[in-house]
Amino acid sequence: MNTLEILFYALSAFAIVSAIMVLVSKNPIHSVLWLILVFFAISGHYIILNAQFLAIVNIIVYAGAIMVLFLFVIMLMNVQSDKEPQKKLLIKFIGVLSGGSLLILLIALVKQTAQLEGKQVLMKEGTIGLIHPLGKALFNDYVLPFEISSVLFLSAMVGAVIIGKK
Amino acid sequence: MTILALDWGLIIEKLIMIAIVVFASLGIALYTTFGERKVAAILQDRPGPSRAGPFGLLQPLADGLKLIMKEEIIPNAANKWLFILGPGLAMTASLMTCAVIPWGSAIDVFGRHVELQIADVNIGILYVFAVVSMGVYGIMIGGWASNNKFSLMSALRAASQAISYELAMGLALIALLMTTGSLSLKNIVEQQVQGPWWNIVYQPLGFLIFFITAMAECNRTPFDLPEAENELNFGYHQEYSSMKLGFYLFAEYINMIMSSAIMASMYFGGYDLPFFNEASVAPNIAAMIGVGTLLIKIVLFIFLFMWIRWTIPRFRYDQLMGLGWKTLIPLALFNMLLTGAVILAKL
Repeated sequence: MNTLEILFYALSAFAIVSAIMVLVSKNPIHSVLWLILVFFAISGHYIILNAQFLAIVNIIVYAGAIMVLFLFVIMLMNVQSDKEPQKKLLIKFIGVLSGGSLLILLIALVKQTAQLEGKQVLMKEGTIGLIHPLGKALFNDYVLPFEISSVLFLSAMVGAVIIGKK
Repeated sequence: MTILALDWGLIIEKLIMIAIVVFASLGIALYTTFGERKVAAILQDRPGPSRAGPFGLLQPLADGLKLIMKEEIIPNAANKWLFILGPGLAMTASLMTCAVIPWGSAIDVFGRHVELQIADVNIGILYVFAVVSMGVYGIMIGGWASNNKFSLMSALRAASQAISYELAMGLALIALLMTTGSLSLKNIVEQQVQGPWWNIVYQPLGFLIFFITAMAECNRTPFDLPEAENELNFGYHQEYSSMKLGFYLFAEYINMIMSSAIMASMYFGGYDLPFFNEASVAPNIAAMIGVGTLLIKIVLFIFLFMWIRWTIPRFRYDQLMGLGWKTLIPLALFNMLLTGAVILAKL
């Protein structure tokens, strides 16, 4: 086993354990904190795939901004586990069953996809995840969608400020 | 020596550097608290700490000893694990920034060429940004876990303040990145060493916005709304005692040191000593002069932080939000447009 494999399995185990903890934690605040750890594990995977930009943006956007808002809302609502109505066992069982079926379906689909057949994951090589090639790709091949989404985000931000000024 | 196909010499080198940087930051932070009390005393025309040792120089050690010796109290109604996690996270997040700061050029020791930077990643500034956005968790978790209304209020204030000011900070950074064309802090500093001017000349407005937002992210007065004594008793660290309180207080000073280092590197040439030819002395000595220069710049920035803290009173909360959203963000957008126009005109 080389270093890369050790890292991969350690990160995967970390991600799966954290994801399970998100589900089984009784306290919603704990769930959010475990979810942040899941994002960190996924960012670790991105770094193994040599996609540094994606890794760091994943942390900034998901772990840094969206999860803070989640935490914010849960703290404001003051959700407490013992006061919340508990679901019935039957409902829980049905939920597990349908969720598990969806997982199997997705795995089967990914396995059968023609584009992925016989392909291997590039670890620690490939440059598309680094900022320079990524920027070149965005501003050459995908310049129109990129510009449109940029204008969309900018207008959302300006709009928020305008609404706040009223 | 290769086990697992790793260069262990490199790992040991980096570990030593991490240890030096972390302990140096802690030491500087210790004496920054002393500096803060002395600066406050001078500005308020009183002697300040003067009893412990000559000029009161042993005061920080006495303070630290006092904090460690105090009784450790975990409130009954608190969430125990998160209550402990809070200060630890605050400290970790503030120390993590030091990984990408170039402390100097490079030295040669024992036949090894050692870069005076822990990690020269090509996304350096984004990394800093990610760590900054993590910093708020320590305050939020600690404030919530204390199970105290004042602490919770303060945690929410801290979160909304951090998110609001991160936006303006990011926009100010984008304008800088447009001129440098690189996200690696090492590259940015090297450009300033080789180029005719420091980045402050190209980005004065961007620097001003960055400085204000950095002050807000460090929760320094006039932006210390999360710990406003007269409204929130002490804010998020009200229930904390002993060294856990110490961690929170220390994290603020380390944040200040790190943001000073970032500002010095990005806008004021980092380890570049102006009007001095580095090639005229031995490389190792030149690198050491560089480290000293950066430290002096950091100390000057910290003094500026303190000067502002003891001069300007705290904002009201709506004024804080108004400044962030209605002044800094439009200014940062304008700065970005202006930078873009200048770059376009130069092409």
